[in-house]
Amino acid sequence: MLDQLLALREDIPRRYYIATSVTGLLVLFISWCVITYGGLVSPIFLPTPTAIVKAAIKAIQDGSLWADTKASVYRIMVGWLISTLFALPIGLLMGNFKFFEALFEPPIDFIRYMPAVAFVPLSILWTGVGDTQKFVILFIGTFFQEVLMVADNVKHVPKEIINVSYTFGLNKWEVLTQVILPYAMPGIMDTLRITLGWAWTYLVVAELVAAKVGLGYSIMRAQRYLQTDKIILGILVIGILGLITDYSFKFASSVLFPWAKGGRSA
Amino acid sequence: MSGPVKLRAEHVRKVFDVEGKPLVAVEDVTMTVRENEFVTIVGTSGCGKSTFLNMVAGLIPITSGILEVDGKPVTGPGADRGMVFQKYTLFPWLKVLDNVKFSLKKKKGLSAREKDDIAREYLRLVGLAGFEDAYPAQLSGGMQQRVAIARALAYKPSILLMDEPFGALDAQTRGLMQELLLKVWEEHKTTILFVTHDIDEAIFLADRVYVMTARPGRIKKEVPVPLPRPRDYHIMTTEEFIAVKREVMDLIREESLKAMQ
Ligand SMILES: Nc1ncnc2c1ncn2[C@@H]1O[C@H](COP(=O)(O)OP(=O)(O)OP(=O)(O)O)[C@@H](O)[C@H]1O
Ligand SMILES: [Mg+2]
Repeated sequence: MLDQLLALREDIPRRYYIATSVTGLLVLFISWCVITYGGLVSPIFLPTPTAIVKAAIKAIQDGSLWADTKASVYRIMVGWLISTLFALPIGLLMGNFKFFEALFEPPIDFIRYMPAVAFVPLSILWTGVGDTQKFVILFIGTFFQEVLMVADNVKHVPKEIINVSYTFGLNKWEVLTQVILPYAMPGIMDTLRITLGWAWTYLVVAELVAAKVGLGYSIMRAQRYLQTDKIILGILVIGILGLITDYSFKFASSVLFPWAKGGRSA
Repeated sequence: MSGPVKLRAEHVRKVFDVEGKPLVAVEDVTMTVRENEFVTIVGTSGCGKSTFLNMVAGLIPITSGILEVDGKPVTGPGADRGMVFQKYTLFPWLKVLDNVKFSLKKKKGLSAREKDDIAREYLRLVGLAGFEDAYPAQLSGGMQQRVAIARALAYKPSILLMDEPFGALDAQTRGLMQELLLKVWEEHKTTILFVTHDIDEAIFLADRVYVMTARPGRIKKEVPVPLPRPRDYHIMTTEEFIAVKREVMDLIREESLKAMQ
């Protein structure tokens, strides 16, 4: 039995897999219950599940949860879309033409190590305190990684696939659009999924200052008043929304690219 | 065998630049392939077979020499030369039928219907009727290479170049594929230049075998194969076959020994 469950790099029966996942979550939840209901830690550090649920009901009733979620989802989507709008064409150029790689890679490599949070003061100077500032931070957090990952996706198209297309009489442009792009598509889709996940992790940074609404902002404000239940509620909501977007992408991938089972090909 | 010359190579040479140092991959290849001939090149691994074939395909430029297909110098890839590669090169996002049709993209004067018919016909020829709607990932390696052959034949190249297409297959499948290829070639009379390091394969398929030296590759000898056609695998145990094989083996062995010193 144990031998079967711990098979090295082999699939295990699906129901065991699900049971294991559920058990993991349950253990986490039960530990939480024991620690909090048992009074092992002060509610200021870790509130009980009941307190979180109460906080959630209150936030739903006064409309703040909906307003925060709406504002944050909007910022994430726009910030990530702008990043993707630039990352796709630039990444495609970098992955396919050494000229563009030489042109773009040095500055991108340089900037991508800079912490996004350090750009907060600058971004306010540049764009004020509106949503644009949030887009800038989300852009800085995602774009520089995203563009390199797209370039990498494109580079993974095997040389032989490209060569065989030339022997059918296709020109450079046709090879790019009809062979390289479709081949790289599942990989690119994976990149989009992963970078959207990163955008979520930059939400709190983006709403660090100069925000009046938003999930990240609600966490920061709750911290000021030591409302631990609200902090954890905010974190949970961000986690759940991130998970939903992640699974939407995975689902879309499996529908759009049925030929690339498991998201990867060859 | 004295049809018009399809491929003419004279003193073809390839020198790669590897981080500033010249690397001679092909020293001197002189050979001809005539219309409807089946010619093989056999040589040890690394002797420059793929490099030479890639030059004929126009995928890499020659360093010096003369390389002509149908009397015209090779300047780049073109639909007059089809190629089946050592590695699997089907388009994974296209179903089998669409993979074959892809090669007909640039064929002028064919209706969509005709392209469809041609693709189906060649799939039938390689024994894959019924697999039109499968994705490449659902096929075995041998089946994938059969699709690649159908795809390369479908657009009727003037010469078909094959670079160890069965190299990754097990011995049994490989044997069946060789017979299938001969059958297709006999039915559809095309010109084939086939590269391999497998001596049996080289002789079984060919009208003439060119034996290459170890790296850097030169043509060491041209060996005619006076075996009757159509052939099946039984021919491999005949005295005539073994006589040719002994000659080729001696030549290759000389080269392998040289390469080891
Ligand atoms: N693009 C390249 N740049 C530099 N060297 C190369 C390149 N392509 C091939 N070579 C070198 O040229 C030599 C011949 O390679 P080639 O692939 O043509 O051999 P081969 O006969 O096809 O071998 P195999 O039977 O293993 O496929 C090798 O030493 C290889 O390292
Ligand atoms: Mg090779």
